Amino acid sequence: MKLLIFLALSIAASAHAQTLRIGLAEDPDILDPTLARTFVGRIVFAGLCDKLLDLDEKLNIVPQLATSYEWSGDNKTLTLKLRSGVTFHDGEKFDAAAVKFNLERHKNLQGSNRRGELAPVSSVEVADPSTVRIHLTAPFAPLLAVLTDRAGMMVSPKAAQAAGEKFGSHPVCSGPFRFVERVAQDRIALERYDNYWNKAAIHFQRIVYLPIVDSTVRLANLRSGQLDFIERLAPSDVPALKSDSRFKIDRIVEIGYQGITINTGKSELAQKNPLGRDARVREAFELSLDRDAIVKVAMEGEAQAGNQWVAPNNRYYAKNAPIPKRNVARARELLKQAGVSNPSFTLMTPTTSDAQRVAQVVQAMAKEAGFDVKIQSTEFATSLNLADKGQFEAYVLAWSGRADPDGNLQTFIACKGPLNTSGYCVPEVDEAIEKARTTLDPTQRAKYYEVVAAHVAKDRPIIYLYHRNWLWAHAAKLTGLRTVPDGMVRVQGLQMK
Amino acid sequence: MLNYLLQRLAMLVPTLFFVSILIFGLQQLLPGDPAIALAGEDRDPNVVAFLRAKFHLDEPLPMRYWYWLSGVLHGDLGDSVRIQKPVTELILEKLPVTLQLAAMAIVIALVIGITAGVISAVKKDTGWDYAANVFALWGLSTPNFWLGILLILLFAVQLGWLPASGYVSPFEDLRANLAAMIMPAFVLGNAFAAVLMRHTRSAMLQVLSSDYVRTARAKGLDERVVVLKHALRNALIPVITLGALGLGELLGGAVLTEQVFTIPGFGKLIVDAVFNRDYSVVQGVVLFTATVYIMLNLLADLAYYLVNPRMRH
Repeated sequence: MKLLIFLALSIAASAHAQTLRIGLAEDPDILDPTLARTFVGRIVFAGLCDKLLDLDEKLNIVPQLATSYEWSGDNKTLTLKLRSGVTFHDGEKFDAAAVKFNLERHKNLQGSNRRGELAPVSSVEVADPSTVRIHLTAPFAPLLAVLTDRAGMMVSPKAAQAAGEKFGSHPVCSGPFRFVERVAQDRIALERYDNYWNKAAIHFQRIVYLPIVDSTVRLANLRSGQLDFIERLAPSDVPALKSDSRFKIDRIVEIGYQGITINTGKSELAQKNPLGRDARVREAFELSLDRDAIVKVAMEGEAQAGNQWVAPNNRYYAKNAPIPKRNVARARELLKQAGVSNPSFTLMTPTTSDAQRVAQVVQAMAKEAGFDVKIQSTEFATSLNLADKGQFEAYVLAWSGRADPDGNLQTFIACKGPLNTSGYCVPEVDEAIEKARTTLDPTQRAKYYEVVAAHVAKDRPIIYLYHRNWLWAHAAKLTGLRTVPDGMVRVQGLQMK
Repeated sequence: MLNYLLQRLAMLVPTLFFVSILIFGLQQLLPGDPAIALAGEDRDPNVVAFLRAKFHLDEPLPMRYWYWLSGVLHGDLGDSVRIQKPVTELILEKLPVTLQLAAMAIVIALVIGITAGVISAVKKDTGWDYAANVFALWGLSTPNFWLGILLILLFAVQLGWLPASGYVSPFEDLRANLAAMIMPAFVLGNAFAAVLMRHTRSAMLQVLSSDYVRTARAKGLDERVVVLKHALRNALIPVITLGALGLGELLGGAVLTEQVFTIPGFGKLIVDAVFNRDYSVVQGVVLFTATVYIMLNLLADLAYYLVNPRMRH
């Protein structure tokens, strides 16, 4: 009898252990790597779609579907050697022709969100079934990092052609798990793909992703045992969970940032306000802020203070522009010089609790230097619209980040960057950004970023504040988690001990 | 009866037409460009332009209304832009979930509300009456999301009796389905029970003091028969109306409850669609809810007709 009970219990336990239940902070958008737009969708892709290349914990580029890469002498052709024996979930073979199909799909499919990332790609050539050459119009250093994200995800050409526009409702990739079903706003279920090329690293039979927006409810699900893992634990819940030995918390400094964008030239509002008009006022504003205190108060210490588009521990952090210390006296002096001792401006902020708290702390700090900051809480989609139209003076905004620094910089700071809501435009900065894009040597690239940093730290179109910690909470028994700064949950190696 | 029914049905057409204009018009007042909201974090200008053209956002308002209306008349509510699924399919997927939630909530509300209302009317000015009134006040003044989170913490985290959130189809596992739905149904039904209790109480008080009840008592009928058969039946008329209106309200009002308990129903569908500016989903769901609401009103009127013989003349 005892034996029977033991057997029943162990069968139940193993059945349970075969499904990994992950709580997501949002409901992902369309599951088509070409069209996908959200950060949270990328977490699901990590289980579903393998990429040509991947990132490791130190943001180094490592092989995934491509086993090696090589740049041509003029840096305008990237040759990828492909892994053999890889198949898509529909049994189709993964080869150079599939890579060509996918990259061309990314570039040509209507509404593709990858077109911008792959803009410098002029053509893709199949050299042999396991070798592909990507030709560029000009050298493009961020390409490798781009191929570690959605642009590097490979879908089955046959399935994509057959499904057309509806491919995202039943994606077919070559990752460790295949798509089973999706109930909008409820769950996305994946099942282990038995022919996965690296199947020894897969220890679950199923993964279910459950979007649970409210962080308290997400945590309650973890604590009551209905979830094994949750992403984006609220910083305020860390102390309580820390004392519970059934769970573990992992943290990773994100590759994105949180900052305040200032309208310095996007619209005529820039000239109407001292903050947008006068760099001295912006300097005073920055000097009124204590980033460590902001991190402590607004983020409960779960972030790293920073003043650039990459975190201070990143290899591309420009050392010539360190984080300025708070100096209220100097801030007041600068305001005096600028002839505005009590400047007033409106700080637009999305309604997320993080952004609200940051705005309030900033308001209180800036007040000590003489600033009158009015907070305008605006629903997210509306705030984006106002920002794009230049109908703001200052705007609290987060960026989820890209592995290559260019992805955090060019679109926001370059004159024609599509997300340059500040309206900032300095030809020397554009030139340095462009050179950093076309240079492959990291040391040389870092030098160009120092040029950019020198300007941006002085002109302050964006005052970067900090880099959040991705907070993951999970059952203590869940092992094998890899904390890669892009915040994706890599399922290879995960298991219940 | 037939004439009355036909008359009421004919009225539906202009009402629904007006509702459709209202839904479309109100949505245009939402600030923010849907193409930008949909284009995601990157807001690639090519993608924004593509989305704008795809959803006719660059065309005049009357044209856009016409595209939508002609689609609706052909039974096509459009596709969700965010997840590329037909809105009709989404509605059919979510509707049973919210209907179940609303039905369970209304059963809970009716059982608690009518029972408490009758007890407090019959036992007027006693401890029972005060207790029922306190309950009503509590039910009305407790915010759904707060009660929801408290229940989750108690029954899911502390006691581990019920799942903290989520949904399981009853066809998959009825037990798990009921376990998942009982807390949200209670939260949703609780506030409504309070309303029903107040109405049952006042209607019962009025009826209990009427002549025919006195006559019934004078005939020597058992008090239970007087209250339940003679008084309650009459007092239930306004409560039925309220119940029918309430069901419509619960369909829309499940918004917060579904958010807290992560129930993939109508409320959650519409909230997420509004924030993502998924216009066709918002329009489709609101139009559907409005139609249901109007139909329920009609049914309530017909129920009057059946319950109260006086109205037949």
